[in-house]
This record gives sequence, C-alpha cells and structure tokens, in this order.
Amino acid sequence: MTSRIVQFPITVVVDGERVQVPNGITVAAVLFNLGITAVRQSVSGQPRGPVCGMGVCFECRVTIDSRPHQRACLTAVADGMHIRTASHS
Amino acid sequence: MSQRPDAVVIGAGIVGAACAEALARAGRRVLILDASFAGGGTTAAGMGHLVAMDDSPAQLALTAYSTQLWTALVSELPSNVEYDACGTLWVAEDEEQMDAVREKQRTYADSGIDAETLSPAQLAEAEPHLRPGLAGALRVPGDAVIYPPNAALALVQRAVEKGAQLREGIRVDAIGPREVLAGSERISCDCVINAGGAQAPALTPGLPIVPRKGHLVITDRYPGFCRHQLVELGYLASAHTMTTESVAFNVQPRATGQLLIGSSRELVGWDASINRAIVRKMLDRALDFMPGLALTSAIRSWTGFRPATPDTLPLIGAWEEVPGLWIAAGHEGLGITTSLGTGQLIADLIVGQQPAIDPTPFAPARVLSTAGVH
Amino acid sequence: MPDRSCGWNAHSHGEPLVNPARIETYPEIVAADVIVIGAGPGGIAAATCAAERGLRVVVVDRGLDAGGQIWRRKLGGGVAPEAQPWLTRLAASGARLINETFVVDVRPDADGFEILAESAGRPLRVWAASIILATGARELFIPFDGWTLPGVMGIGGTQALLKSGASFAGKRVVIAGSGPLMLPVAASLADAGARLVLVAEQASRASVVRFAASLWKTPSLLVQAAKYRARFLTSTYATGTWVTAAHGVDTVTSVSMTDGRRTWREPTDVLCMGYGLVPNIEIARLIGCETRDGAIVVDSQQRTTVAHVLAVGEATGIGGAPLSLVEGEIAGISVGEQRPASRQLLRRRATLVASARRMLDVFAPRAELRSLPAAGTIVCRCEDVTYGAVQGAACARQAKLYTRVGMGPCQGRTCMPGLEFLLAWQADTVRSPVEPALVSVLSSEIADNATPSFLFNSSVGEAYQ
Repeated sequence: MTSRIVQFPITVVVDGERVQVPNGITVAAVLFNLGITAVRQSVSGQPRGPVCGMGVCFECRVTIDSRPHQRACLTAVADGMHIRTASHS
Repeated sequence: MSQRPDAVVIGAGIVGAACAEALARAGRRVLILDASFAGGGTTAAGMGHLVAMDDSPAQLALTAYSTQLWTALVSELPSNVEYDACGTLWVAEDEEQMDAVREKQRTYADSGIDAETLSPAQLAEAEPHLRPGLAGALRVPGDAVIYPPNAALALVQRAVEKGAQLREGIRVDAIGPREVLAGSERISCDCVINAGGAQAPALTPGLPIVPRKGHLVITDRYPGFCRHQLVELGYLASAHTMTTESVAFNVQPRATGQLLIGSSRELVGWDASINRAIVRKMLDRALDFMPGLALTSAIRSWTGFRPATPDTLPLIGAWEEVPGLWIAAGHEGLGITTSLGTGQLIADLIVGQQPAIDPTPFAPARVLSTAGVH
Repeated sequence: MPDRSCGWNAHSHGEPLVNPARIETYPEIVAADVIVIGAGPGGIAAATCAAERGLRVVVVDRGLDAGGQIWRRKLGGGVAPEAQPWLTRLAASGARLINETFVVDVRPDADGFEILAESAGRPLRVWAASIILATGARELFIPFDGWTLPGVMGIGGTQALLKSGASFAGKRVVIAGSGPLMLPVAASLADAGARLVLVAEQASRASVVRFAASLWKTPSLLVQAAKYRARFLTSTYATGTWVTAAHGVDTVTSVSMTDGRRTWREPTDVLCMGYGLVPNIEIARLIGCETRDGAIVVDSQQRTTVAHVLAVGEATGIGGAPLSLVEGEIAGISVGEQRPASRQLLRRRATLVASARRMLDVFAPRAELRSLPAAGTIVCRCEDVTYGAVQGAACARQAKLYTRVGMGPCQGRTCMPGLEFLLAWQADTVRSPVEPALVSVLSSEIADNATPSFLFNSSVGEAYQ
C-alpha cells in the first residue's frame, strides 16, 4: 500500500484560482510554492503558517473541499481539490 | 491571616468561591482554604451552563434566583469568564415531548422566567444543524454559558478585594466546633462552611453526597455551527433519577467556537478514567440530534464528579451536629448555576438576614431524618 | 436508526458548506499478531523482522508513505540510500502498511489490545496480541519574539516541506537551533538552490569541537558530517550563536542573532529553528508504560513495562536512525516469543546508545534561551496564550485551566516541551483521543456480527470469532 509518486500534473483550486500541480505533492508544499506563507489565522487573528511539517503543530490547517481544520502538510493533492486559506476572506 | 477569621470556607470551587464572596461582601472576615487551587476540582470539569431547571419547585426557585444574580453580575465579570447569553433550547423529539415543552413553558412563566415554544420550522431556523423531523423546542433566552474555572477565580478575587484571604495547597483534615484542623494548624473562627463538593462527606460524615461521574468531549472551533445550549428533554430524566448509567444530548457552543458535547452520568466511585463505551453512547446520542457533528474534530475528552444527593437538591444551611458548621454542597450538575444563589443564601443565613427564597428545601437537617443515612 | 446523512451547513469564511456524504459509522477491523505504530526506520525494521518470522504484522503511519521523518521520500525522487533496502525488505516481508492513519485510543481486551485509529477519515480497529511503539520524535521549540510569524518553521519541518515538493530555490534561509539535524537539512536546502545566509548552532564552539573529536570512534559519522558541510561550504556555520527574535509583518523578513556578545540582524525569507528532538510518548503513556526523562523505558529486548508492548527508536530516547534500526530488529525478533537478540545486535545498540548520549549532552539548549521569551511572546500557538499569562502559575494544570495553554488541537505537543524547559513544568495526564479525531470515529461501534478484514493469506482472526 505504499503510494507511488507519479508526477503528471493535476489541477487544484486554491482560493478560487486554478493551479496545476504535480500529483503526490502535499497541499502545504503547493501553498508554499504559491508564496502563500500565511495559510491560516490564529485564534486572535494573527497570520500563521506551517511549522512542524509532520502533523503535530496544527498550524497548517486549511479548509479542503469545504471541511475546515485539515492539516495541509499531511494531505496530498487530488484532482479537483478545493483549498481555502486565510488569504481568502 | 493574622487576625482570627469570622468564617472559614473549605473549598475554592465555584460554590465555595460564591460563599466567600457573599460573606466578604456582608462584611465578614473570610479565609478560603483549598487543597489544590481555586476552581480546579469539579468546577473545572463542568459545562458552565447557567440554566433555569424545573425538576422541582425548589430547584426552579434556586436556579431562577441564581440566573438572575448572574445576569446582574455580568458587567463586573472579567472577559476571561466568557459569559455568553446564548440561551437554552430544550429540544423535543415527538409530540408527547412537545406537550411537556408547553407545560414547561407555563411552569417557567409562573416563576417569571421568559420562555417561548418553537415550532419545527422555527427550531430549524434557530439551529440549522439540528436534524429535520424534530417536534420543536422551548427557548429560554435568559440562560447563559460561562467558563467555570475563571468564574470561580473571579469570585475569589472579588472576595479578596473585600478582605478575604485565599490559601491554596492546604488540605483540611478535620472540622471541629468553630475550628478547622489542617496539618499542624488549628484555625478557630465563628463559622465553617463545608463547600467541599463531592469530597464534603470526608469532612462531615453523614452527608449523603456521592460522586456522579460525567464525561465531556470538546471539538475544534466551528463558529456558528451551534448558537444555543441545546439540551434534550430526556436530560431531565437522566439527571434527576439516580440510575446507574445514562447519557443525554447536551451540546454547548463555547465563546471560542468550540462545541462542548455532553452528557453522561454513572455511579462508579472515583474512577476518573475515560470510559470509551460511555463516550461512544454519548456521541451517538449527540449524532441523533446533530448528525453534522460526525465531521467535527474532537480534540479532548475528560471526566468530572458531580456531587449528587438522593433528592437532587443541594445541602445549604446549618449542620446542627457541629457547632458553627454550615454546609454548601451537593449541587450535582447545577453547581455553576446555583453557586451565586447558594452563596447569597449562606451569607443571609449566617448574618441573620431574610433570604430571598425559602431555604427550607435545602436544609441539611432534612437528611438526618432519612433512615440509614446517619 | 435515525438517518445519519447530513447536509452540513457550517459557515466557514462566510460561505455555506455542504457535505451530503452519508457518514459510515461502522469501522473496518483488522486482526494481527503485531501492530507496529509508526513507519519510520524503527517501525520498518521491527515490522520487517517480525513479519519475516511469519507473524501477521500491520504497520500504521500518519504519513502518505513509509519512512517517517528522516526517511521521507522526496517528491519525484527516491529515498535515502540506507532506506531503500529496508523498504524493499518490508514490501517482501508480508507486513501490511496502512498509511494516513493515526492512533486515537488503545484498550486491552481479552486477546491483547484493541487499537482505535482514524484512517483517511474513517474509523479503523486493529486487534493485536502485541504492540510495537515506533512513534518517533518531534522537534523541541523554545519560544522567542516573532517565532509565530509565517516563514518561521522547524528545521525538520522545513526538510519535510522541501521533500514533499516545496521549492526553496533562490530563497534566503537562516537555520538557527541545535543538534545534528541542522547539517543534513542545511545540505538539502543548499542542493535545492536556497541561499543559506547563516547556519547557527547554539552550542558553544568548544562543545562542538569536543563532540567532533569524540567521533574518532565512529569515523563514518565524521565523514558524513564533513560531506554535509561541504554541500553548503559557502555559507557561514557559526557556533555559540542563536536567534533572539524574528521580525516581519505577515511573514518573516529578518532575524536578530546573537553570539552572547553582539547582536545583529540578518534579512531572510525563511527561518528554520528547533532545539533538538522530543520523544513522542503519548500513546505509551496512555497505555500506562513507564517513562523516564520523557522517553519510554525499555529492557534489552525493547519491552516496556506493560506486557506485550514493545518500543523502539526515538521514542525510547533520541539516538538517530542507525540505533532505531537496531532496536527495531531486536523488537522484531523478540516480539511474541521473547527471543533474546544476538550479542552482536546488543553490542551495536550499546555503542550507538553511548554516542547518542554524548550528542544529547553537547547539544542541550543553553540557559540563555530561557530569557528569550518576553511577557508578550506567544507560548501556546493553538490558543494564543502569552508567556506573561502563564509564568506565575503554580503548575501546568492550573495554567491550562486559567489560560487555556495546551488545550488546543496540538494538545500541548508544541508548547509543553518548551514550557518544561522554561518553567520546569511537569507533563499532564494523557487521555484518549490521544490526538484529535473525528466524532464519527469516536462514536463508531463494531456490529455484533463483525469479523475482521482478512489482510493476510492465512486465516486470521480465529481467536476473535
């Protein structure tokens, strides 16, 4: 059941914009490559981005396909995935 | 405290804190003793629901009085108490329960508590995440929600501002006539208030208070998912009959946007471990009413011990067996709500002022006539 | 049973959300002889060796692929050369790997343990006679002014991001922290085209030199370190130097560094920070295994203090991948039958443990780091609690209840080790869910006539029928 990382491009939607990304990339890496360093807002409204890279700190949470609080660093992209960050307000 | 205290309050949970505050406000010199820290016991485990409860006329009087006191206090509470006047919705699953809702509305109205019945359509609009097919609800707008540990702390701080002293990390070993013994210390005073909650019987044998365990689960933040404290009508049966085990739907929106999911009741002594089977039943029951909860992320669960009495009413008043001893304990799941009413009652009784509500139903003496208790 | 299908209309970012999927609340059940929790080097070695002996082994891991942190596969590339032979062996061993899975609860039952996990959003139950904990470690973060700015990431966190497809080409990077993790990450970033402005090790020059000298016993490590350094030779590697603050508005734009005498600023796009590793012992504590100094206590056969529960790798004490592999082999051999490991394996472990201890001493965070957070510095990132709010608390539990520190989704994993360093707090009790899980997972129930999935060729689950 080990996943095979195949690099043909797929399309995701980030804050309403369609983006082509390699299959197997994580949502966190996609956002980083788009220059979105502030992916969420803290509880008091501060900009926050990924820290631990391994799903422990919860600072990379974004809304994926209408479900909030998804850890971007643990989530691989899927074709047609809708991603919303804090930049979308 | 260099001078002899007038009153020693044992327990800085929300009930003890309220007693201390009321006594300090009445001009008494108060010493508060807590084995760990203020608000760290049962108070910390509670939901913080300020609710008018009508399982008996006495309970309704005490909770109605208390919720009024909370409303009056709101403007003076620090923001970290997170007072939120979200109101309660008592949810009815069928027409039979809706009849009970209408009767409840009349009972509340007779006691001066604002309450309105909601039709299924109105209920769906008030709470879109409740499942379709419910029969309606009773909306009690005067109910609210607070964060209990900081509420207890705020009450203690109000008492301290009026000259009370708090000593934490002090475990009281025994209560004597107008004195308490803690380690090698003997503290004498005019009166002692045992506000030890589920542990009160350890200091006053004969108090019919047993620990009634409850579980809670809190989710991540989903602001707007739920707007009122939601309680099923069946909660009354769960809370106010002493069965071995029961769960009832109870969901609360916290100021943070987190959802606090309860409730469960068991009599298992002092075992604080998480019982996954009970949590499963409790969550299952919650999903019956709010299926959308299934997709929410549960961050933590914990347990607490409610101090339960056989007749579901707290013990508030003098304990004749020991000169100078007063009891303020046994509030089961209503300790947060009725803390203020309890504190004021105790202060009035000690000071000799006419209490605002009839204290007789809460008199500790009532349990002494119960066979086998003493 | 009431209809559980739901249109979930929670409002997020001002728009209605709809999820019409029917929620499946019956879990998948897997029965095995051994469950290995974690598929880093330790878990891979343990699972491989146990499965090669004929045991039915299930490995669960939170990641998208096996490898854990240190053996994380690079997107579009391969794995570390030392990882490939193990991954090949694992694939051939008969062990079954379930990714995107994290453990939520562990309960003893009649035949062993019932593990509740969340697997790609669905409930998974594993019935296993034995558990091998290979839960690894996470980075130790010590708060300082500005550390919550976007662009400030863990050292391992940056490596993870890089390997999972992020591009650092042309980005200015400062690495400031402690420990041997800094070298390979610096090398990777340099290879990826990052402009390494500065690599700052907080341990003193004398400590680092002394440590390098002690590596004469294991020259391969010295060679490896030199090779890493060669890949970022044009960048400054400073010792006795640490970060005091990060600056920027919505993202980090510069950092303040100090060597204890002078302080200066470095403009940068990314700051990698971290002060070593903290063992992940939460599941062990939930089960009731003894822990000491923040690591799981194990005997020479990797057994914990709870019967039929073994532990390997970083979770038993930080020691690096080679040690995790040896411990994994020992556990894989001994699980279920208590067969003692070969003298050769035990000797190897002893050597690696000794060098690991030396390393921990050398790279321990220095005392000056305790004065970095100001009263207004956020210490709990989940709940935005400041240092000033928690400093006066008598204990962690009191601070938690009054300020909410550690009550967020990370359950204190990010803030508590730093606060233990700053305030000498003790860790709190661990309860299930051991990490956040969907309510649908926690409310899932096994149907009365449920049988486990047959993941293995032999008939599995006889004991459970």
